[in-house]
Amino acid sequence: MSGIRIENLNVWFGEHEARVDAVKAASLAVPKGGSFGLVGESGSGKSTILRALTGLVPTWNGRMEVLGQPLGKKRDRGFYRSVQMVFQDPYASLHPRHSVDQVLGETLSLHGFRDIDERISKLLDDVGLGDAFRFRYPHQLSGGQRQRVAVARALAPEPEILLLDEPTSALDVSVQAEILNLLSDLRKEHNLTYLMVSHNLAVVGHLCTDIAVMQLGEIVETLSVEKMRAQQTSHPYTRHLLASSLGAIKTSQPQE
Amino acid sequence: MTMIPQPRQGLRAWLLTDTPTSRTHARLSALYQSWLSFRGNQMAMFGLGILVFLVFVAAFAPLLAPHDPFTQNLLARLRPPGSAGYLLGSDSLGRDILSRLIYGSRITLYIVTLVAIVAPVVGLFVGTVAGYTGGWVDIVLMRITDIFLAFPRLVLALAFVAALGAGIENAVLAISLTAWPPYARIARAETLTMRNSDFIHAVRLQGAGPLRIIIRHIWPLCISSLVVRVTLDMAGIILAAAGLGFLGLGAQPPTPEWGAMISDGRRFILDHWWVATMPGLAIFTVSLAFNLLGDGLRDVLDPKEGSQ
Amino acid sequence: MSKAAERNLLEVENLWVKFPTRSGVFDAVRGISFSLGRERLGIVGESGSGKSMTGRAILRLIRPPGIVRADRIALAGENLMLLSERQMRSVRGQRISMIMQDPKFSLNPVMRVGEQISEAYRLHADTSRAAAKQKSLEMLEAVKIRDPERVYTLFPHEVSGGMGQRIMIAMMMIPDPKILIADEPTSALDVSVQMQVLEIMDKLVKDRGMGLIFISHDLNLVSAFCDRVLIMYAGRVVETCRADRLHEATHPYTRGLLNSLPRLDAPVERLEVLKRDPAWRNEDSISGQT
Ligand SMILES: Nc1ncnc2c1ncn2[C@@H]1O[C@H](COP(=O)(O)OP(=O)(O)OP(=O)(O)O)[C@@H](O)[C@H]1O
Ligand SMILES: Nc1ncnc2c1ncn2[C@@H]1O[C@H](COP(=O)(O)OP(=O)(O)OP(=O)(O)O)[C@@H](O)[C@H]1O
Ligand SMILES: [Mg+2]
Ligand SMILES: [Mg+2]
Repeated sequence: MSGIRIENLNVWFGEHEARVDAVKAASLAVPKGGSFGLVGESGSGKSTILRALTGLVPTWNGRMEVLGQPLGKKRDRGFYRSVQMVFQDPYASLHPRHSVDQVLGETLSLHGFRDIDERISKLLDDVGLGDAFRFRYPHQLSGGQRQRVAVARALAPEPEILLLDEPTSALDVSVQAEILNLLSDLRKEHNLTYLMVSHNLAVVGHLCTDIAVMQLGEIVETLSVEKMRAQQTSHPYTRHLLASSLGAIKTSQPQE
Repeated sequence: MTMIPQPRQGLRAWLLTDTPTSRTHARLSALYQSWLSFRGNQMAMFGLGILVFLVFVAAFAPLLAPHDPFTQNLLARLRPPGSAGYLLGSDSLGRDILSRLIYGSRITLYIVTLVAIVAPVVGLFVGTVAGYTGGWVDIVLMRITDIFLAFPRLVLALAFVAALGAGIENAVLAISLTAWPPYARIARAETLTMRNSDFIHAVRLQGAGPLRIIIRHIWPLCISSLVVRVTLDMAGIILAAAGLGFLGLGAQPPTPEWGAMISDGRRFILDHWWVATMPGLAIFTVSLAFNLLGDGLRDVLDPKEGSQ
Repeated sequence: MSKAAERNLLEVENLWVKFPTRSGVFDAVRGISFSLGRERLGIVGESGSGKSMTGRAILRLIRPPGIVRADRIALAGENLMLLSERQMRSVRGQRISMIMQDPKFSLNPVMRVGEQISEAYRLHADTSRAAAKQKSLEMLEAVKIRDPERVYTLFPHEVSGGMGQRIMIAMMMIPDPKILIADEPTSALDVSVQMQVLEIMDKLVKDRGMGLIFISHDLNLVSAFCDRVLIMYAGRVVETCRADRLHEATHPYTRGLLNSLPRLDAPVERLEVLKRDPAWRNEDSISGQT
């Protein structure tokens, strides 16, 4: 069974002359339990695909399927039980006046769970925070700890699919390593399906098995991570991206 | 100052902990921390002190007042402050000004409480619904707000009072009904800045409906700026009530309302200054207290400034 | 020393940033010294190590109750610590610009981004509205934003993460400052755009003799782009080195940061996680002066 299936997806903003096509005829498929990376130019529509999947952007056409179910314009609560998202900016994605306990408690009660107290403990444990953080407010947490809370919130309804929008780009390398390890552990434990956006090829390469490369709203190439590492690419943009990623490591001067 | 690390003990340590152990503990601890930072602001504490004193005076008015505020004594008309039995002097009908001020504090508190409950709640509701929903709901609600704003406040209040009938309750209601539009605008502006933020998107992804998002997620962030604004507006509200009283549409004589007392004393302002000055001083003090309190609350409540 | 002072655009001696809290004073920056010539100086370190506070302290942008203490912060020989708040205001933006870490937070959420850039420009150069708009469009184009005409009319929540960062960069380069402090300016950009944006900054350093303080957690990037690096831990500088030698750094903390990077060319099953040694906190701060 497929986890996520997108065919010929178009997403646009605005109407008439002001219309902007952010995503054009994108197609991709992620098998259940797979992990798929979306990379590409800034502003190429990566976040927009995730937001269309979760129903945050209503203006789209084409076909989107999650766990075999085609998606309509409205999403029901059942959908949000199986699909969850982690946002890019850990500083913006937590309510400044809600403690960790309130954030997780509300999520759990919205999804109709009863044993909220035990579940909060377990979730905090899962993301490596522990009960000591339970009553803290976001301003008492570092960026990495906030992102862990965001991951815990996304895991609360026991979803099968996790959409990750640049989960580590705002974090420093040591925290990035912690979060990436955490994500790969969680995937193994809960058999999750990941669709991850990142601009960092090394991060995508670490966590994903397949990637799609986007430019100007279109998916220009889909390939496996092994192929990417071996530099067996067909599209010039992918080659360019790969060259600059490797170039940044090797050379000591910025290059085109 | 209080910055030196101190050994913590007992209740204080329990309240100041970084690792609360239960929901109640966390709530109490947060309250105590806000209280501590509020306490650090001396001017705000001064304002709070005055207001606590006002409440005390209003509660025990019969015990504190040396005279009955309504008893006239034409033999003791217009006595200057400090004369025997009349600490703050007496007015044109020989009533003790101090006693009238003490009883008048009840009316002032009554006005303040009623307005503070009605106006911000209406404004908060209208503003957040308009801001969050957007589209035509926003347009309709904000046009209504604009219409209210376009009329001079006193004229609108006059119209309301004329329709509802004179009297202090109706005057207060009229003031509240004319006071909400600015609050609606503030609430809407605040809502606009956060309705597209990720933490709102995140709750939408939990399947939460708009009403829940507005009440549980947007209100807590608007309330602080509204509370501050309301306390800062209080002076104006007290004066507006006085103005209505002056026009004969608010508190009816012989009610010892401070504003009405001023307009009473206006006739003698040159020869008998104290009749108008004493209630004026009272209004000034209470308004100042509210202003100081508002400033202090802003420091404690503003989530952008007080995040650490 | 005086010769060095002539060569250096900025000298910082013994800088402290303190936050008084209820449980004692928290030192975010603890006595660091460094200098900046016409070069690209990188500051790296883990989250909370005081990188942003260092940048903000130079411009006296620490919010109360935070306190800045320094023996000297000299901009071209002039001690900034002695300036009044009013004089400081003309230093900010005119002579030293700073790109803040969180672009969406620094932009006004209910004003179009183009208008914000134009306003910044008009504040600096007293020109007509149309000229400011023209200039803003040019700036957007310079930071490689596709379709600047459209982006000019968007609200901050309508631009992508990377576009927001580039808008901030465009805004800060308008006044043509002597020193640019860039706090994580490119963390949301893909490598190719990142390189293009860095090239613009590089040009400013080379052509106009600007000094650049580049704060980042991306060690590869800093190593590739900067001339010199300060590595910060818990408010102190634990190591300094030439940027291209960063990969040969010896301090266990720097090594730990380097090892926790995922590598495109050498995949691993699990990433290494930094193990912090409490002794690092008490090491002396190393001077970054030249
Ligand atoms: N609400 C909106 N209204 C108008 N345009 C929008 C809106 N949201 C996104 N866009 C546009 O859609 C395009 C794609 O944005 P998106 O956020 O998907 O980019 P991205 O690939 O995630 O880039 P980045 O890596 O920089 O985050 C951009 O040009 C952006 O300006
Ligand atoms: N108002 C404050 N009160 C107390 N401590 C503060 C305050 N503001 C910042 N700090 C502390 O100062 C330290 C340094 O913060 P700074 O923002 O400089 O870190 P950074 O190195 O830029 O980290 P990052 O990579 O996450 O941006 C942090 O430990 C932070 O918790
Ligand atoms: Mg994005
Ligand atoms: Mg920082």
